[in-house]
Amino acid sequence: MSENSPSDTPKFSPGQTVKVMQGYPIGHYRTPAYFRESIGVIERCCGAFTNPEELAYGRSGLPKINLYRVRARLRDIWPHYNQQSKDSIEVEIYEHWLEAIATDDEHAIGRQGPES
Amino acid sequence: MTKDTNKSGKKETTHSHTGPDGHAHDHSQGHGHEHGHGHGHPNQPDEEDSITTYHQVLEIAVRELLVEKSVIDEAELRSIHERMDRRGPHSGALIVARAWTDSDYLQRVRENATEAAKELGLEPMWLNLIVLENTPEVHNLVVCTLCSCYPWALLGLPPDWYKSRAYRSDAVHKPREVLKRFGTEIPDDIEVRVHDSTADMRYLVMPERPKNTEGWDEEALAQLVTRDSMIGVTKALEPGQSVSRPDQ
Repeated sequence: MSENSPSDTPKFSPGQTVKVMQGYPIGHYRTPAYFRESIGVIERCCGAFTNPEELAYGRSGLPKINLYRVRARLRDIWPHYNQQSKDSIEVEIYEHWLEAIATDDEHAIGRQGPES
Repeated sequence: MTKDTNKSGKKETTHSHTGPDGHAHDHSQGHGHEHGHGHGHPNQPDEEDSITTYHQVLEIAVRELLVEKSVIDEAELRSIHERMDRRGPHSGALIVARAWTDSDYLQRVRENATEAAKELGLEPMWLNLIVLENTPEVHNLVVCTLCSCYPWALLGLPPDWYKSRAYRSDAVHKPREVLKRFGTEIPDDIEVRVHDSTADMRYLVMPERPKNTEGWDEEALAQLVTRDSMIGVTKALEPGQSVSRPDQ
């Protein structure tokens, strides 16, 4: 994966709690709607990749953007999911869609992402 | 009965045509007439009789131009097709069977699955591979909700259901129900972990090695690793089970 080495040092590290941005801008996005606003933890940084939001319009997609796998509990995403369930989901999210949140953030309490 | 078949056939064609192809298609529905004249049910149309889409026309035009301008010749095209068609789940199964039997290899799969695939002479090409290990605590399931991303190089073309809206939406919403549709029951105390293949990585599930396979060689083990078990909708086959007759 050397050709996909991050162009910038990854902003987030494995285990860190993050929030996926909300927003429904016009264009091409690889952030699934159901996952926006979710809180999860970084499972890993996959490297840096050309930006699909630019590639979709025939542009170069450069500079590359760090891509992460973010893990969240399904019960935190779907209100009707069995609230005792440990079931989880991992989604690939580009760095500019993520923001760090403190684990003692009021929002995170009780919704904390799964431990790795 | 025959009439019904005809009707539903008609209905389907009406639904499937879109845009400018519609006119040509109305003509082909004229085949329905033959029906009343004692020809039995309508023949399956030949490939040439089905709708040629915009992208198919584009492909034919570009291909013919490339051949005409000697950029590529027919023999090369044919061999590329043959190579592409040779891709299939047997490639993914090779990785799983090796990882089951060789702990050093498993370690390399964990560190860099793409390189580990190349070691076996496989061609993951541009693929950035992640192998998801099933354990007694976690069962992995792969989906691409946004389109139909799939590790073609290691599993061949995806099954139609993988691309269906039903699978793509339900797999992230009610994965346990989806698993049941495939006859797979995962106990509640085992975590079902769904992987949405939304961007640049591709996923291969490594099912748990079935019991009673101690001492089996890689080749025999690989026979137990099915396509569906590497997508995660089933487990690997048990000894004595086969893909076609699971009860045998």
